[in-house]
Amino acid sequence: MKYLHLVWAALFRRKLRTVLTLVSIITAFLLFGLLDAVRTSFDQAGQSANGASRLQSGSRLSFIQTLPMALGQRIAQVDGVKAVTYANWFGGAYQDPHNAVFSFAVAPNYIDLYPEMVVSADARKAFDTTRTGALVGERLAKRFNWKVGDRIPLQSTIFPDRNGSKNWEFEVVGLIQSADKKTGGWYDQLFLLNWKYFDDTTPYNQGAVGWYVSRVADVNQADRVAKAIDALSTNSDHETRTQTEQAAMSSWVKQLADIGLIVSSIMGAVFFTLLLLAGNTMMQAVRERTNEIAVLKTIGFSSRSVMGMVLAESMLLLLIGGVIGLALASVVGPAVSAGSGGTLRLPAAGLGSWSVGVGLALVFGAIVGALPAWNAMRLNIVDALR
Amino acid sequence: MSKLIEIRDLSKVYTRGKQQVEVLHQVNLDVNQGDFLALMGPSGSGKTTLLNLIGGLDQPSGGSITIGGERIDQLGSAALSRWRAARVGFVFQFYNLMPMLSAQRNVELPLLLTKLSAAERRKRAAIALQLVGLSERASHKPTELSGGQQQRVSIARAIVSDPTLLVCDEPTGDLDRQSAEDVLSLLQALNRDHGKTIVMVTHDPRAAERAGQVLHLDKGSLVEQVAA
Repeated sequence: MKYLHLVWAALFRRKLRTVLTLVSIITAFLLFGLLDAVRTSFDQAGQSANGASRLQSGSRLSFIQTLPMALGQRIAQVDGVKAVTYANWFGGAYQDPHNAVFSFAVAPNYIDLYPEMVVSADARKAFDTTRTGALVGERLAKRFNWKVGDRIPLQSTIFPDRNGSKNWEFEVVGLIQSADKKTGGWYDQLFLLNWKYFDDTTPYNQGAVGWYVSRVADVNQADRVAKAIDALSTNSDHETRTQTEQAAMSSWVKQLADIGLIVSSIMGAVFFTLLLLAGNTMMQAVRERTNEIAVLKTIGFSSRSVMGMVLAESMLLLLIGGVIGLALASVVGPAVSAGSGGTLRLPAAGLGSWSVGVGLALVFGAIVGALPAWNAMRLNIVDALR
Repeated sequence: MSKLIEIRDLSKVYTRGKQQVEVLHQVNLDVNQGDFLALMGPSGSGKTTLLNLIGGLDQPSGGSITIGGERIDQLGSAALSRWRAARVGFVFQFYNLMPMLSAQRNVELPLLLTKLSAAERRKRAAIALQLVGLSERASHKPTELSGGQQQRVSIARAIVSDPTLLVCDEPTGDLDRQSAEDVLSLLQALNRDHGKTIVMVTHDPRAAERAGQVLHLDKGSLVEQVAA
């Protein structure tokens, strides 16, 4: 700590260069914070007490393969299964294919298995009795300014009706609220339509089910129940894979894209560039201070102290940039989420992201500072002062 | 007067490519405590090399250097750093102050190697600056000071830890006549009033006149000893 003012002064000896390097570091860690938030957001999908008690059974081959309706009754008879429901992916978009809407055709009892969704009794009743009725997440309704009673044209990116048109029309009969605004944000973006209407209207379904959701009586028995459900269709043409909700979500996302790999690849490239940039800055900074380092050694600073100061300078540079970048990510992420009306969900960088980010900053600081610190330690006073 | 510096059969050989250059050859020298010694000689005569060896900045190729009863040629790098911090103050031709630190902070530098508190360090640096007549410039950075003032700050840095020996390499080489005279008067006062032993390398005969003893080096050997 005694040398901190020396380290600080050395760091800002060339203010413009240090500030420009800091901007690069801040940008890299801002990107890290945002991408890590995306990864965390996907990782946490389905992670809840209710999620742990729900099993999802989908086709073992692919999530786009369907399952027979008759399987539902057999799943319901498996020991340990308390309730079963089902749903199909609808693949809706509003006005423009880019305005994707999380839309599912669901069984009448679907909401019973999801206490995370709060729907009024009147809305439930209207949903059950209105063939083209739709329950819409509160945030989604706000995003497109929909109100109860509105008739909404929705384009399915997958399913046409019997006339070959992919334009469907629904009536908003009620809103879905998330029981827990913090962890259940996904639910207030859903668009649920009646499975019966969906099945009757499109010629491409014919009584098939996208996936089944089962609630187990005892969470500790979930593994056994999952195996028993999968055993029902062993060696059939519709073998299932039953997983916990979290595992199913993760599996779904991985079939679309390996978010973790994408994030790691982007950050690998960004941090590699950052290492070269910051490394170059530190090398230059130490090279032009050769004389000053020699004076410090002349006065009596040991080679190790000098090495420690250069390393501290490098780590401080990365740490300052890293902390500012992560702090910005904590502000920008939620701001982008709010600005997108819920389309993008970027939570503030959590403790995990902060720990990894700060750890990376310190490690990169040590890597970047290693060579200049080594050179400073080995600097020969007489040669340097000549 | 007790002997402070005792140099015996000192030699220094540099290797440049495949060539070996003997810069100092069998130098023998005694300096008493409280002496003010000027080293003169043409360029390449070995003055600065001898000064570097006396200041513990370099290691000899042969012979011995004993300062204050300690064989510094036998000390390792870390021990030599500690020895320099405690025993020697350095004054350079081009001042070599830290450009990003104030005069006060520059003077405090050697005290960072002691166990003194921050307040005590500040106090001692202020006294050293007062001694060189620069109290009112304590908060100024080197670029805001004249050459003579910068050299006085560097002298304050050299004496702040109260070393026995001051090693000065062309301390007036970069100064105008008046500033040079001021710096030399200051060194003389430190020698006379505070008992500092000073070894100074100079090309300037007028600077050498201020020393009590002048030694001439030529081709790595001491050629004459003149009492001033």
